[in-house]
Amino acid sequence: MALRQCAIYGKGGIGKSTTTQNLVAALAEAGKKVMIIGCDPKADSTRLILHAKMQNTVMQLAADAGSVEDLELEDVLQVGFGGVKCAESGGPEPGVGCAGRGVITAINFLEEEGAYEEDLDFVFYDVLGDVVCGGFAMPIRENKAQEIYIVVSGEMMAMYAANNIAKGIVKYATSGGVRLAGLICNSRKTDREDELIMALAAKLGTQMIHFVPRDNVVQHAEIRRMTVIEYDKEAKQAYEYRTLAQKVIDNKLFVIPTPLEMEDLEDLLMEFGIMEVEDESVVGKAKEALPA
Amino acid sequence: MQTVDNIKPCFPLFSEDRYKELMDKKRTFEEAYPKEKIKETFDWTTSPEYQELNFKREALTINPAKACQPLGASLCALGFNKTMVYIHGSQGCVAYFRTYFNRHFKEPIAFIADSMTEDAAVFGGQKNVHEGLQNATKLYGAEMIAVCTTCIAEVIGDDLGAFIGNAKNEGYVDKDFPVPYANTPSFVGSHITGWDNMLDGILTYFTEKDMEGKVVGSNGKINIVPGFETYLGNFRVIKRMLKEMDVDYTFLSDPEEVLDTPADGTFRMYAGGTTIAEVKDAPNAKTTFFLQPTTLEKSRKFVETTWKHEVPKIGIPMGIAGTDEFLMKVSEVTGKPIPESLTTERGRLVDMITDSHAWLHGKKMALFGDPDFLLGLTSLLLELGIEPTHIVCNNSNKRWEKAMKKLLESSPYGANAKLYPGCDLWHLRSLCFTDKPDFIIGSSLGKSIQRDTLAKGPEFEVPLIRLGFPIFDRHHLHRMTTLGYEGAMYIVTTLTNAVLEKLDNDTKHLGVTDYAYDLVR
Repeated sequence: MALRQCAIYGKGGIGKSTTTQNLVAALAEAGKKVMIIGCDPKADSTRLILHAKMQNTVMQLAADAGSVEDLELEDVLQVGFGGVKCAESGGPEPGVGCAGRGVITAINFLEEEGAYEEDLDFVFYDVLGDVVCGGFAMPIRENKAQEIYIVVSGEMMAMYAANNIAKGIVKYATSGGVRLAGLICNSRKTDREDELIMALAAKLGTQMIHFVPRDNVVQHAEIRRMTVIEYDKEAKQAYEYRTLAQKVIDNKLFVIPTPLEMEDLEDLLMEFGIMEVEDESVVGKAKEALPA
Repeated sequence: MQTVDNIKPCFPLFSEDRYKELMDKKRTFEEAYPKEKIKETFDWTTSPEYQELNFKREALTINPAKACQPLGASLCALGFNKTMVYIHGSQGCVAYFRTYFNRHFKEPIAFIADSMTEDAAVFGGQKNVHEGLQNATKLYGAEMIAVCTTCIAEVIGDDLGAFIGNAKNEGYVDKDFPVPYANTPSFVGSHITGWDNMLDGILTYFTEKDMEGKVVGSNGKINIVPGFETYLGNFRVIKRMLKEMDVDYTFLSDPEEVLDTPADGTFRMYAGGTTIAEVKDAPNAKTTFFLQPTTLEKSRKFVETTWKHEVPKIGIPMGIAGTDEFLMKVSEVTGKPIPESLTTERGRLVDMITDSHAWLHGKKMALFGDPDFLLGLTSLLLELGIEPTHIVCNNSNKRWEKAMKKLLESSPYGANAKLYPGCDLWHLRSLCFTDKPDFIIGSSLGKSIQRDTLAKGPEFEVPLIRLGFPIFDRHHLHRMTTLGYEGAMYIVTTLTNAVLEKLDNDTKHLGVTDYAYDLVR
């Protein structure tokens, strides 16, 4: 099986890291050889796989050793549940330096040191928030991730973010091979959430690859720094992640997305009652100026 | 006083009394420290205690004796036929690359900058690349534009490959116009890394997706990768030796002509260089020789994995053993014997060495420069019976340290040598005070050490012998040769005469030391 490289994007706090790690654990359970590369200064993309508080990051190790050239691959690559290889790019504290450059440096290092030459089936990049700078688009440059999954929920801001990410993908898709592979709905139990995400997916030209319901077992597992797959094999949620994994394995729908104009997105949100119909007549008017 | 008929340059003009007075007054306005305090501090910087502190430095580099990646990448690209070097980034950086080469080669250097400014730093530099490429292809008659980057583009993470691809898709540049590229962040590695990255970029662009029908050895040639090479004579001597061996070759990057254009009234923006056809044909060669093997990792890997070349594991062809090894390997690979002419040349070199060895034997020399240059030079010094003492290499790597240790262990003259990987010339300055060598060998950047050691007293002066890059303060040394037997002859001549020059300087004092101021040396 040829190496498939996937990047997971989505709004901050949507559950990218949790979803990615549970998905990867399910893939590993199914016998796939997987590597996760965390592209987030928070460095929480591998903790459930490694049962660790925080993995030593490439950038932290480089700073300790003096420079990236002083590092060896085994310093930064750890192996966790199911033989999953883990690396965290790391980066600066909020407010200083450049986190994007950290991602570039880390991925270049892994590539040069031959981390990808191993016999791998999947590489997953868990990428911070929105596509904000060139550095965070690094995982979807040429010869890197070809498939992008966006984690989304039925909340307004999550969908805004998903649409923005789709815009970012279009930029790279026209010059390279990167494609949108689907939306993963990580449920927040909003009304008609599945229908809404399916509708959004249809507008973007893609699919909702799976609807991951909300389940407290995820939190129980997380407290133990474990994935559900490992914590409670028979949990209903574990089967959800297994289904997601199988869908990812079988996925053939890779598209250049058709992002929505802001108005169309708002229309969609209004149709599902997420957003109130705007009354233009009240915009910019102070309380006194409005009729009682 | 300046007069039209007798215009004096700053020296000796400023040694006139009125300027001395002026300089003294200036000290008052500058709130300069008293001269005694300055002397005291200077003396402290020459002490072993200071050296100890100096070697504890962590965050600061002083006079690193290396340049940055895009400088190396530019030199590499300059070695290709009708190729315009295009640097995506700030124009100040590019002005620096141009002047750096201007000053070394005394030649005009044409590099393009796409001058990223504040808005490009915020919105990304794609627009600069698009318009830049569009203009560059129209204006300069290039047949290839090789793109590298400065820090700004790298820090904001510009996706160079995608930008160039988009420029082609959107019609800014013809789809089939060759635009190879390399990411060359200045804050990683040094000029030699940049050279390697650019070559890798060019080889990848022209051959990676065109390997069908390529057969190793089918064109009967060998490829030569010079690496970051600034001695024009080195291109010439390798070519001459190969011609004498009747071996056909392709240099992968050959800036010999463009860096040495004649003054005959015609300006040549391009001259000579490796052609695109030669690059495309290069996988068909018998093999590829890397003349600076410890620093060309990336391109070597490409040549080995994509071209399937069995790359000879030999060192830089410098000194007798280095040149022997190179010629024998070429002979082995091509089946061509080493001709009489080269054997004779070797004999002449050996003869020269025996003529001069009495003056060179046991001399202590500190050296600094690029990794492979230092390996080759040390090998030659050991052959001459010179004792290398402090070997400073700022842009070293582990392979270099290993190779260097092995080399030094192979000779009794290497027993006292110490390696200073990652150190700079301020470290070397301390070493020159506390453990004085007879000479320093290195680029012009070492001249401040000669000045500072002299300031301590004439008996402490460590003269600089100029070998390496950059050489800004002597003319025409860039056209000399340091590789092959011919190069060893030049180095032996330079070293011997530096020793004799110093001796004359020390013995020329009438009635004091001139008992040894001999006519015959």
